[in-house]
Amino acid sequence: MSLYFYEGIYAMEQTTLIPHLFRTEYRKIVSVLCKLFGIEHIEIAEDIVSDTFLVASELWGLKGLPDNPTAWLYHVAKNKTRDYLRRDSLFAQHVSKEISYTTTASEEIEIDLSVKNIHDSQLAMMFVVCHPCNPAEARIGLALNLLCGFGIDEIANAFLTNKHAIYKRLQRAKEKLRAEKIKVEQPTLSEIDERLSTVLMVLYLLFNEGYYSSSQDITLREDICLEAMRLTFLLVENEQTNTPFVNALLSLMCFHASRFDARHNQQGEIILYQDQDTDLWNKELIAKGEYFLNQASQGTRISKYHLEAGIAYWHTIKSDTKEKWENILQLYNQLLLIEYSPIAALNRTYALAKANGKKEAIIEAEKIALTENHLYHSLLGDLYTDIDNAKAISHLQDALELANSTADKLLISNKILACKQHPNS
Amino acid sequence: MKDFLLVFRTDYNTMPKPASPEQMQANTKRWMDWIGGIAAQNKLTDRGNRLVPTGKVVKADNVIADGPYTEIKECIVGYSIVKADSIEIATELAKGCPILTIGGNVEVREISIIEA
Repeated sequence: MSLYFYEGIYAMEQTTLIPHLFRTEYRKIVSVLCKLFGIEHIEIAEDIVSDTFLVASELWGLKGLPDNPTAWLYHVAKNKTRDYLRRDSLFAQHVSKEISYTTTASEEIEIDLSVKNIHDSQLAMMFVVCHPCNPAEARIGLALNLLCGFGIDEIANAFLTNKHAIYKRLQRAKEKLRAEKIKVEQPTLSEIDERLSTVLMVLYLLFNEGYYSSSQDITLREDICLEAMRLTFLLVENEQTNTPFVNALLSLMCFHASRFDARHNQQGEIILYQDQDTDLWNKELIAKGEYFLNQASQGTRISKYHLEAGIAYWHTIKSDTKEKWENILQLYNQLLLIEYSPIAALNRTYALAKANGKKEAIIEAEKIALTENHLYHSLLGDLYTDIDNAKAISHLQDALELANSTADKLLISNKILACKQHPNS
Repeated sequence: MKDFLLVFRTDYNTMPKPASPEQMQANTKRWMDWIGGIAAQNKLTDRGNRLVPTGKVVKADNVIADGPYTEIKECIVGYSIVKADSIEIATELAKGCPILTIGGNVEVREISIIEA
Protein backbone atom coordinates (compact mmCIF):
# COMPACT_ATOMS: atom_id res chain seq x y z
CA MET A 1 0.00 0.00 0.00
CA SER A 2 1.31 3.42 -0.77
CA LEU A 3 0.40 7.00 -0.15
CA TYR A 4 1.04 9.69 -2.69
CA PHE A 5 1.09 13.22 -1.42
CA TYR A 6 1.34 15.74 -4.20
CA GLU A 7 4.82 14.70 -5.33
CA GLY A 8 3.79 14.66 -8.96
CA ILE A 9 4.46 17.65 -11.10
CA TYR A 10 1.63 18.40 -13.43
CA ALA A 11 1.46 20.90 -16.23
CA MET A 12 1.73 23.82 -13.90
CA GLU A 13 2.06 27.43 -14.75
CA GLN A 14 5.50 28.73 -14.03
CA THR A 15 4.20 31.07 -11.34
CA THR A 16 2.83 28.17 -9.32
CA LEU A 17 5.53 25.70 -10.29
CA ILE A 18 8.36 27.44 -8.46
CA PRO A 19 6.53 27.71 -5.10
CA HIS A 20 5.49 24.10 -5.58
CA LEU A 21 9.04 22.95 -6.28
CA PHE A 22 10.27 25.05 -3.39
CA ARG A 23 7.92 23.14 -1.14
CA THR A 24 8.91 19.68 -2.43
CA GLU A 25 12.57 20.06 -3.44
CA TYR A 26 14.09 22.64 -1.06
CA ARG A 27 13.87 20.28 1.88
CA LYS A 28 15.32 17.38 -0.11
CA ILE A 29 18.43 19.20 -1.29
CA VAL A 30 18.96 20.83 2.13
CA SER A 31 18.73 17.39 3.79
CA VAL A 32 21.25 15.88 1.40
CA LEU A 33 23.68 18.79 1.86
CA CYS A 34 23.29 18.73 5.65
CA LYS A 35 24.04 15.03 5.68
CA LEU A 36 27.11 15.78 3.57
CA PHE A 37 28.37 18.83 5.50
CA GLY A 38 27.05 18.18 8.98
CA ILE A 39 24.40 20.23 10.76
CA GLU A 40 27.03 22.84 11.81
CA HIS A 41 26.95 24.10 8.25
CA ILE A 42 23.19 24.16 7.80
CA GLU A 43 23.33 27.87 6.94
CA ILE A 44 25.61 27.16 3.96
CA ALA A 45 23.33 24.36 2.81
CA GLU A 46 20.28 26.63 3.01
CA ASP A 47 22.12 29.46 1.21
CA ILE A 48 23.14 27.17 -1.66
CA VAL A 49 19.59 25.91 -2.13
CA SER A 50 17.99 29.36 -1.81
CA ASP A 51 20.48 30.61 -4.37
CA THR A 52 19.54 27.78 -6.71
CA PHE A 53 15.88 28.75 -6.54
CA LEU A 54 16.74 32.40 -7.08
CA VAL A 55 18.57 31.52 -10.30
CA ALA A 56 15.64 29.33 -11.36
CA SER A 57 13.08 32.09 -10.91
CA GLU A 58 15.22 34.55 -12.88
CA LEU A 59 16.21 32.22 -15.69
CA TRP A 60 12.95 30.35 -16.15
CA GLY A 61 11.13 33.65 -16.45
CA LEU A 62 13.44 34.72 -19.29
CA LYS A 63 14.06 31.46 -21.13
CA GLY A 64 11.03 29.40 -20.27
CA LEU A 65 10.90 26.17 -18.30
CA PRO A 66 13.60 23.52 -18.70
CA ASP A 67 12.46 20.06 -19.83
CA ASN A 68 12.88 18.60 -16.40
CA PRO A 69 12.73 21.37 -13.76
CA THR A 70 13.59 19.10 -10.84
CA ALA A 71 16.66 17.66 -12.56
CA TRP A 72 17.66 21.21 -13.49
CA LEU A 73 17.46 22.26 -9.83
CA TYR A 74 19.55 19.28 -8.74
CA HIS A 75 22.13 19.98 -11.41
CA VAL A 76 22.47 23.65 -10.45
CA ALA A 77 22.55 22.86 -6.74
CA LYS A 78 25.35 20.36 -7.34
CA ASN A 79 27.38 22.90 -9.31
CA LYS A 80 26.83 25.58 -6.70
CA THR A 81 27.99 23.22 -4.00
CA ARG A 82 31.14 22.32 -5.91
CA ASP A 83 31.82 26.00 -6.60
CA TYR A 84 31.37 26.78 -2.98
CA LEU A 85 33.76 24.04 -1.91
CA ARG A 86 36.35 25.24 -4.40
CA ARG A 87 36.01 28.87 -3.42
CA ASP A 88 35.94 28.57 0.31
CA SER A 89 39.13 26.66 0.95
CA LEU A 90 38.81 26.78 4.72
CA PHE A 91 35.37 25.25 4.64
CA ALA A 92 36.51 22.79 2.00
CA GLN A 93 39.48 21.68 4.09
CA HIS A 94 37.28 21.15 7.08
CA VAL A 95 34.34 19.54 5.36
CA SER A 96 36.15 17.74 2.58
CA LYS A 97 38.35 16.01 5.13
CA GLU A 98 35.30 14.68 6.92
CA ILE A 99 33.57 13.75 3.71
CA SER A 100 36.59 11.90 2.38
CA TYR A 101 36.27 9.44 5.24
CA THR A 102 32.75 8.58 4.30
CA THR A 103 32.88 8.66 0.54
CA THR A 104 35.13 6.83 -1.87
CA ALA A 105 38.49 8.50 -2.38
CA SER A 106 37.90 10.53 -5.47
CA GLU A 107 39.03 14.04 -6.20
CA GLU A 108 35.54 15.36 -6.74
CA ILE A 109 33.08 15.30 -3.90
CA GLU A 110 30.01 13.28 -4.79
CA ILE A 111 26.77 15.15 -4.25
CA ASP A 112 24.33 12.30 -4.32
CA LEU A 113 20.81 13.43 -5.21
CA SER A 114 19.55 9.95 -5.98
CA VAL A 115 16.10 8.94 -4.77
CA LYS A 116 17.63 6.65 -2.19
CA ASN A 117 20.02 9.20 -0.73
CA ILE A 118 17.33 11.89 -0.64
CA HIS A 119 15.15 9.44 1.23
CA ASP A 120 17.91 8.48 3.69
CA SER A 121 18.90 12.12 4.20
CA GLN A 122 15.34 13.20 4.94
CA LEU A 123 14.95 10.39 7.43
CA ALA A 124 18.24 11.36 9.10
CA MET A 125 17.14 15.00 9.20
CA MET A 126 13.90 14.02 10.92
CA PHE A 127 15.88 12.66 13.84
CA VAL A 128 17.98 15.86 13.96
CA VAL A 129 15.03 18.24 13.80
CA CYS A 130 13.11 16.30 16.44
CA HIS A 131 16.09 16.13 18.80
CA PRO A 132 14.98 16.87 22.37
CA CYS A 133 17.68 19.56 22.83
CA ASN A 134 15.09 22.06 21.54
CA PRO A 135 11.70 22.78 23.16
CA ALA A 136 8.66 21.21 21.50
CA GLU A 137 7.44 24.42 19.88
CA ALA A 138 10.84 25.04 18.28
CA ARG A 139 10.93 21.46 17.00
CA ILE A 140 7.57 21.89 15.27
CA GLY A 141 8.81 25.11 13.69
CA LEU A 142 11.99 23.41 12.51
CA ALA A 143 10.01 20.49 11.14
CA LEU A 144 7.76 22.83 9.14
CA ASN A 145 10.77 24.72 7.83
CA LEU A 146 13.36 22.02 7.16
CA LEU A 147 11.26 18.88 6.66
CA CYS A 148 8.17 20.35 5.02
CA GLY A 149 9.64 23.29 3.11
CA PHE A 150 7.34 25.91 4.63
CA GLY A 151 8.48 29.52 4.52
CA ILE A 152 8.60 31.88 7.50
CA ASP A 153 5.33 33.53 6.35
CA GLU A 154 3.41 30.27 6.32
CA ILE A 155 4.78 29.14 9.68
CA ALA A 156 3.88 32.50 11.24
CA ASN A 157 0.37 32.15 9.81
CA ALA A 158 -0.03 28.64 11.19
CA PHE A 159 1.17 29.63 14.67
CA LEU A 160 -0.82 32.91 14.54
CA THR A 161 2.26 34.91 15.37
CA ASN A 162 4.50 37.36 13.53
CA LYS A 163 7.29 36.58 11.10
CA HIS A 164 9.96 38.09 13.30
CA ALA A 165 9.11 35.81 16.22
CA ILE A 166 9.22 32.73 13.98
CA TYR A 167 12.49 33.81 12.39
CA LYS A 168 14.08 34.23 15.79
CA ARG A 169 12.69 30.93 17.03
CA LEU A 170 14.09 29.06 14.02
CA GLN A 171 17.50 30.77 14.28
CA ARG A 172 17.75 29.91 17.94
CA ALA A 173 16.76 26.29 17.30
CA LYS A 174 19.28 25.88 14.46
CA GLU A 175 21.97 27.45 16.63
CA LYS A 176 21.17 24.89 19.32
CA LEU A 177 21.51 22.00 16.87
CA ARG A 178 24.87 23.42 15.76
CA ALA A 179 26.08 23.89 19.33
CA GLU A 180 25.05 20.38 20.30
CA LYS A 181 26.73 19.01 17.16
CA ILE A 182 23.80 16.69 16.45
CA LYS A 183 24.90 14.19 13.80
CA VAL A 184 22.86 13.92 10.60
CA GLU A 185 22.63 10.16 10.39
CA GLN A 186 20.02 7.55 10.86
CA PRO A 187 20.24 6.34 14.46
CA THR A 188 21.39 2.80 15.11
CA LEU A 189 18.86 0.10 15.87
CA SER A 190 19.47 0.44 19.60
CA GLU A 191 18.96 4.22 19.47
CA ILE A 192 15.82 4.05 17.35
CA ASP A 193 13.55 2.94 20.13
CA GLU A 194 14.47 5.88 22.32
CA ARG A 195 14.74 8.57 19.66
CA LEU A 196 11.77 7.46 17.59
CA SER A 197 9.42 8.43 20.40
CA THR A 198 10.57 12.07 20.22
CA VAL A 199 10.13 12.02 16.43
CA LEU A 200 6.61 10.63 16.79
CA MET A 201 5.74 13.26 19.36
CA VAL A 202 6.77 16.05 16.96
CA LEU A 203 4.85 14.48 14.05
CA TYR A 204 1.80 14.11 16.29
CA LEU A 205 2.01 17.76 17.38
CA LEU A 206 2.64 18.85 13.80
CA PHE A 207 -0.52 17.09 12.66
CA ASN A 208 -2.51 18.59 15.54
CA GLU A 209 -1.15 22.03 14.72
CA GLY A 210 -2.73 21.69 11.30
CA TYR A 211 -5.90 19.98 12.46
CA TYR A 212 -6.79 22.20 15.41
CA SER A 213 -5.04 25.48 14.58
CA SER A 214 -7.27 28.53 14.71
CA SER A 215 -5.61 29.92 11.59
CA GLN A 216 -8.19 30.95 8.98
CA ASP A 217 -6.17 29.49 6.14
CA ILE A 218 -7.77 26.06 5.70
CA THR A 219 -5.57 25.04 2.76
CA LEU A 220 -2.45 25.78 4.76
CA ARG A 221 -3.75 23.81 7.72
CA GLU A 222 -4.55 20.78 5.56
CA ASP A 223 -1.12 21.04 3.95
CA ILE A 224 0.45 20.83 7.40
CA CYS A 225 -1.57 17.70 8.17
CA LEU A 226 -0.60 16.11 4.84
CA GLU A 227 3.04 16.94 5.50
CA ALA A 228 2.88 15.28 8.93
CA MET A 229 1.38 12.22 7.20
CA ARG A 230 4.05 12.22 4.50
CA LEU A 231 6.82 12.26 7.12
CA THR A 232 5.16 9.51 9.15
CA PHE A 233 4.85 7.51 5.96
CA LEU A 234 8.61 7.90 5.41
CA LEU A 235 9.08 6.11 8.73
CA VAL A 236 6.66 3.34 7.69
CA GLU A 237 8.56 2.83 4.44
CA ASN A 238 11.84 2.31 6.25
CA GLU A 239 12.24 -1.21 7.60
CA GLN A 240 13.96 -0.13 10.81
CA THR A 241 11.48 2.55 11.73
CA ASN A 242 8.36 0.69 10.62
CA THR A 243 7.21 -0.05 14.19
CA PRO A 244 3.70 -0.61 15.57
CA PHE A 245 3.76 2.84 17.23
CA VAL A 246 4.53 4.53 13.89
CA ASN A 247 1.71 2.62 12.19
CA ALA A 248 -0.67 3.55 15.00
CA LEU A 249 0.18 7.23 14.55
CA LEU A 250 -0.29 7.07 10.79
CA SER A 251 -3.58 5.24 11.25
CA LEU A 252 -4.77 7.98 13.60
CA MET A 253 -3.80 10.65 11.06
CA CYS A 254 -5.61 8.86 8.21
CA PHE A 255 -8.82 8.57 10.23
CA HIS A 256 -8.76 12.25 11.18
CA ALA A 257 -7.83 13.38 7.68
CA SER A 258 -10.76 11.40 6.27
CA ARG A 259 -13.05 14.14 7.62
CA PHE A 260 -11.22 17.10 6.07
CA ASP A 261 -13.94 17.85 3.53
CA ALA A 262 -16.76 17.41 6.03
CA ARG A 263 -15.34 19.68 8.76
CA HIS A 264 -15.98 23.01 7.07
CA ASN A 265 -18.69 24.58 5.00
CA GLN A 266 -17.92 26.78 2.02
CA GLN A 267 -17.63 29.85 4.25
CA GLY A 268 -14.90 28.08 6.23
CA GLU A 269 -17.12 27.68 9.29
CA ILE A 270 -16.58 24.62 11.48
CA ILE A 271 -19.13 21.81 11.16
CA LEU A 272 -19.22 19.68 14.28
CA TYR A 273 -18.79 15.93 14.08
CA GLN A 274 -22.43 15.10 14.78
CA ASP A 275 -23.62 17.56 12.11
CA GLN A 276 -21.25 16.44 9.33
CA ASP A 277 -22.39 15.05 6.00
CA THR A 278 -20.97 11.55 6.33
CA ASP A 279 -20.97 11.12 2.55
CA LEU A 280 -18.10 13.60 2.53
CA TRP A 281 -15.93 11.35 4.70
CA ASN A 282 -13.07 10.01 2.60
CA LYS A 283 -13.52 6.24 2.34
CA GLU A 284 -10.07 5.69 0.88
CA LEU A 285 -8.36 7.32 3.86
CA ILE A 286 -10.59 5.39 6.27
CA ALA A 287 -9.50 2.15 4.55
CA LYS A 288 -5.86 3.21 4.86
CA GLY A 289 -6.39 4.02 8.51
CA GLU A 290 -7.76 0.53 9.05
CA TYR A 291 -4.80 -0.99 7.21
CA PHE A 292 -2.24 0.84 9.36
CA LEU A 293 -4.21 0.08 12.52
CA ASN A 294 -3.95 -3.62 11.69
CA GLN A 295 -0.22 -3.21 11.14
CA ALA A 296 -0.02 -1.40 14.48
CA SER A 297 -1.65 -4.24 16.37
CA GLN A 298 1.30 -6.56 15.86
CA GLY A 299 3.36 -5.46 18.84
CA THR A 300 2.91 -6.28 22.50
CA ARG A 301 3.04 -2.73 23.80
CA ILE A 302 0.23 -0.23 23.53
CA SER A 303 0.85 3.48 23.05
CA LYS A 304 -1.36 6.52 23.28
CA TYR A 305 -1.29 6.53 19.48
CA HIS A 306 -2.93 3.08 19.48
CA LEU A 307 -5.67 4.27 21.80
CA GLU A 308 -6.23 7.49 19.88
CA ALA A 309 -6.29 5.57 16.61
CA GLY A 310 -8.86 3.24 18.16
CA ILE A 311 -10.98 6.22 19.20
CA ALA A 312 -10.62 7.74 15.73
CA TYR A 313 -11.59 4.39 14.17
CA TRP A 314 -14.86 4.31 16.10
CA HIS A 315 -15.56 7.85 14.95
CA THR A 316 -15.50 6.64 11.35
CA ILE A 317 -18.48 4.39 12.12
CA LYS A 318 -21.49 6.37 11.01
CA SER A 319 -24.29 4.86 13.08
CA ASP A 320 -24.71 6.32 16.55
CA THR A 321 -24.89 3.06 18.52
CA LYS A 322 -24.37 2.37 22.22
CA GLU A 323 -21.59 -0.05 21.27
CA LYS A 324 -19.72 2.69 19.46
CA TRP A 325 -19.80 5.12 22.38
CA GLU A 326 -19.08 2.40 24.94
CA ASN A 327 -15.91 1.51 23.03
CA ILE A 328 -14.92 5.14 22.72
CA LEU A 329 -15.49 5.66 26.45
CA GLN A 330 -13.31 2.69 27.40
CA LEU A 331 -10.53 3.81 25.05
CA TYR A 332 -10.63 7.28 26.62
CA ASN A 333 -10.50 5.69 30.08
CA GLN A 334 -7.34 3.83 29.06
CA LEU A 335 -5.86 6.89 27.37
CA LEU A 336 -6.30 8.94 30.53
CA LEU A 337 -4.57 6.24 32.56
CA ILE A 338 -1.53 6.60 30.27
CA GLU A 339 -1.54 10.37 30.02
CA TYR A 340 -3.84 13.08 31.29
CA SER A 341 -4.83 15.93 29.03
CA PRO A 342 -7.73 18.37 29.42
CA ILE A 343 -9.04 17.58 25.91
CA ALA A 344 -9.05 13.82 26.62
CA ALA A 345 -10.85 14.47 29.92
CA LEU A 346 -13.53 16.53 28.14
CA ASN A 347 -13.96 14.08 25.27
CA ARG A 348 -14.16 11.20 27.72
CA THR A 349 -17.02 12.96 29.48
CA TYR A 350 -18.82 13.48 26.17
CA ALA A 351 -18.47 9.73 25.45
CA LEU A 352 -19.70 9.02 28.99
CA ALA A 353 -22.86 11.00 28.27
CA LYS A 354 -23.41 9.00 25.07
CA ALA A 355 -22.72 5.63 26.73
CA ASN A 356 -24.07 6.09 30.27
CA GLY A 357 -26.46 9.01 29.94
CA LYS A 358 -26.31 12.76 30.46
CA LYS A 359 -27.15 12.78 34.17
CA GLU A 360 -24.09 10.73 35.12
CA ALA A 361 -21.95 12.76 32.71
CA ILE A 362 -23.02 16.08 34.28
CA ILE A 363 -21.88 14.90 37.71
CA GLU A 364 -18.54 13.75 36.26
CA ALA A 365 -18.14 16.89 34.15
CA GLU A 366 -18.56 19.18 37.15
CA LYS A 367 -15.81 17.28 38.97
CA ILE A 368 -13.39 18.02 36.11
CA ALA A 369 -13.77 21.75 36.87
CA LEU A 370 -11.75 23.12 33.94
CA THR A 371 -13.51 26.41 34.49
CA GLU A 372 -11.05 28.48 32.45
CA ASN A 373 -11.53 26.34 29.33
CA HIS A 374 -14.24 27.34 26.84
CA LEU A 375 -14.62 23.73 25.73
CA TYR A 376 -15.47 22.77 29.30
CA HIS A 377 -18.37 25.22 29.37
CA SER A 378 -19.43 24.21 25.86
CA LEU A 379 -19.59 20.59 27.02
CA LEU A 380 -21.66 21.44 30.09
CA GLY A 381 -23.85 23.60 27.88
CA ASP A 382 -24.48 20.59 25.65
CA LEU A 383 -25.09 18.26 28.58
CA TYR A 384 -27.57 20.60 30.27
CA THR A 385 -29.43 21.29 27.02
CA ASP A 386 -32.96 19.76 27.32
CA ILE A 387 -32.30 19.00 30.99
CA ASP A 388 -31.93 22.50 32.40
CA ASN A 389 -31.76 25.04 29.61
CA ALA A 390 -31.18 27.99 31.95
CA LYS A 391 -27.99 26.31 33.17
CA ALA A 392 -27.11 25.36 29.61
CA ILE A 393 -27.34 28.99 28.50
CA SER A 394 -25.30 30.20 31.46
CA HIS A 395 -22.49 27.75 30.60
CA LEU A 396 -22.64 28.61 26.91
CA GLN A 397 -22.33 32.30 27.78
CA ASP A 398 -19.22 31.52 29.84
CA ALA A 399 -17.89 29.56 26.86
CA LEU A 400 -18.58 32.49 24.54
CA GLU A 401 -16.59 34.81 26.79
CA LEU A 402 -13.62 32.43 26.98
CA ALA A 403 -13.49 31.41 23.30
CA ASN A 404 -10.82 33.04 21.14
CA SER A 405 -11.55 32.22 17.52
CA THR A 406 -14.42 33.72 15.55
CA ALA A 407 -15.36 30.24 14.34
CA ASP A 408 -15.78 29.01 17.93
CA LYS A 409 -17.72 32.13 18.94
CA LEU A 410 -20.14 31.68 16.05
CA LEU A 411 -20.70 28.05 16.93
CA ILE A 412 -21.44 28.87 20.57
CA SER A 413 -23.74 31.78 19.69
CA ASN A 414 -25.80 29.46 17.51
CA LYS A 415 -26.13 27.00 20.38
CA ILE A 416 -27.30 29.77 22.72
CA LEU A 417 -29.93 30.81 20.17
CA ALA A 418 -31.15 27.22 19.85
CA CYS A 419 -31.41 26.93 23.64
CA LYS A 420 -33.32 30.20 23.98
CA GLN A 421 -35.92 28.97 21.51
CA HIS A 422 -36.81 26.13 23.89
CA PRO A 423 -36.73 27.81 27.31
CA ASN A 424 -39.21 25.49 28.97
CA SER A 425 -37.54 22.14 28.55
CA MET B 1 -1.00 17.78 46.07
CA LYS B 2 -0.38 14.76 48.27
CA ASP B 3 -0.58 11.11 47.32
CA PHE B 4 -3.10 8.83 48.99
CA LEU B 5 -3.18 5.06 48.91
CA LEU B 6 -6.61 3.57 48.38
CA VAL B 7 -6.76 0.03 49.74
CA PHE B 8 -9.67 -2.07 48.52
CA ARG B 9 -10.83 -4.78 50.90
CA THR B 10 -13.55 -7.35 50.72
CA ASP B 11 -14.47 -10.81 51.89
CA TYR B 12 -13.59 -13.30 49.17
CA ASN B 13 -16.10 -15.79 50.53
CA THR B 14 -19.10 -13.53 50.19
CA MET B 15 -17.89 -11.75 47.04
CA PRO B 16 -20.33 -12.51 44.20
CA LYS B 17 -18.67 -14.51 41.43
CA PRO B 18 -19.41 -13.26 37.94
CA ALA B 19 -21.76 -15.77 36.34
CA SER B 20 -21.20 -14.81 32.70
CA PRO B 21 -18.75 -13.04 30.43
CA GLU B 22 -21.27 -10.20 30.19
CA GLN B 23 -21.25 -9.79 33.96
CA MET B 24 -17.46 -9.84 33.97
CA GLN B 25 -17.42 -7.19 31.28
CA ALA B 26 -19.93 -5.08 33.19
CA ASN B 27 -17.72 -5.43 36.26
CA THR B 28 -14.64 -4.28 34.34
CA LYS B 29 -16.63 -1.37 32.95
CA ARG B 30 -17.63 -0.21 36.43
CA TRP B 31 -13.99 -0.19 37.57
CA MET B 32 -12.73 1.48 34.38
CA ASP B 33 -15.44 4.15 34.46
CA TRP B 34 -14.61 4.90 38.08
CA ILE B 35 -10.81 5.04 37.69
CA GLY B 36 -11.19 6.85 34.34
CA GLY B 37 -13.30 9.47 36.12
CA ILE B 38 -10.49 10.04 38.64
CA ALA B 39 -7.94 10.24 35.82
CA ALA B 40 -10.18 12.75 34.00
CA GLN B 41 -9.86 15.00 37.06
CA ASN B 42 -6.07 14.61 36.78
CA LYS B 43 -6.07 13.07 40.25
CA LEU B 44 -4.65 9.64 39.48
CA THR B 45 -1.03 8.93 40.40
CA ASP B 46 -0.99 5.19 39.81
CA ARG B 47 -3.90 3.04 38.75
CA GLY B 48 -2.40 0.30 40.97
CA ASN B 49 -3.22 -3.38 40.67
CA ARG B 50 -5.47 -6.19 41.74
CA LEU B 51 -4.06 -8.91 43.97
CA VAL B 52 -4.31 -12.68 43.52
CA PRO B 53 -6.45 -14.21 46.33
CA THR B 54 -3.79 -16.62 47.57
CA GLY B 55 -0.65 -15.56 49.44
CA LYS B 56 1.72 -16.26 52.29
CA VAL B 57 2.23 -14.57 55.63
CA VAL B 58 5.74 -14.65 57.07
CA LYS B 59 5.99 -14.42 60.86
CA ALA B 60 8.85 -14.57 63.33
CA ASP B 61 10.80 -17.80 63.78
CA ASN B 62 10.22 -18.89 60.19
CA VAL B 63 6.54 -19.41 60.72
CA ILE B 64 4.89 -19.19 57.32
CA ALA B 65 1.12 -19.29 56.95
CA ASP B 66 -0.97 -19.60 53.82
CA GLY B 67 -3.53 -16.99 52.85
CA PRO B 68 -6.40 -16.22 52.44
CA TYR B 69 -6.30 -15.60 56.09
CA THR B 70 -8.57 -17.57 58.29
CA GLU B 71 -8.36 -15.19 61.23
CA ILE B 72 -9.58 -12.12 59.31
CA LYS B 73 -12.58 -12.05 57.04
CA GLU B 74 -11.58 -9.15 54.83
CA CYS B 75 -8.61 -9.33 52.47
CA ILE B 76 -6.86 -6.71 50.44
CA VAL B 77 -7.96 -7.27 46.85
CA GLY B 78 -6.24 -4.29 45.23
CA TYR B 79 -4.96 -0.75 45.52
CA SER B 80 -4.65 2.52 43.62
CA ILE B 81 -2.83 5.77 44.35
CA VAL B 82 -4.64 9.08 43.91
CA LYS B 83 -3.51 12.66 44.41
CA ALA B 84 -5.48 15.28 46.27
CA ASP B 85 -4.99 18.39 48.39
CA SER B 86 -6.55 16.83 51.47
CA ILE B 87 -7.72 13.52 52.85
CA GLU B 88 -11.29 14.82 52.57
CA ILE B 89 -10.94 15.19 48.81
CA ALA B 90 -9.24 11.80 48.52
CA THR B 91 -12.08 10.27 50.53
CA GLU B 92 -14.57 11.89 48.17
CA LEU B 93 -12.81 10.16 45.24
CA ALA B 94 -13.09 6.80 47.00
CA LYS B 95 -16.87 7.11 47.33
CA GLY B 96 -17.56 5.87 43.81
CA CYS B 97 -15.40 2.75 44.11
CA PRO B 98 -17.22 -0.34 42.78
CA ILE B 99 -15.90 -2.42 45.70
CA LEU B 100 -18.56 -0.69 47.83
CA THR B 101 -21.33 -2.26 45.76
CA ILE B 102 -20.18 -5.81 46.61
CA GLY B 103 -19.87 -5.38 50.37
CA GLY B 104 -16.26 -4.21 50.42
CA ASN B 105 -14.62 -1.04 51.70
CA VAL B 106 -11.89 1.43 50.81
CA GLU B 107 -9.25 2.56 53.28
CA VAL B 108 -7.75 5.97 52.43
CA ARG B 109 -4.23 6.63 53.73
CA GLU B 110 -1.93 9.53 53.07
CA ILE B 111 1.46 8.45 51.78
CA SER B 112 4.37 9.84 53.74
CA ILE B 113 7.30 10.17 51.35
CA ILE B 114 10.62 8.99 52.72
CA GLU B 115 13.15 11.69 51.89
CA ALA B 116 16.21 10.19 50.30
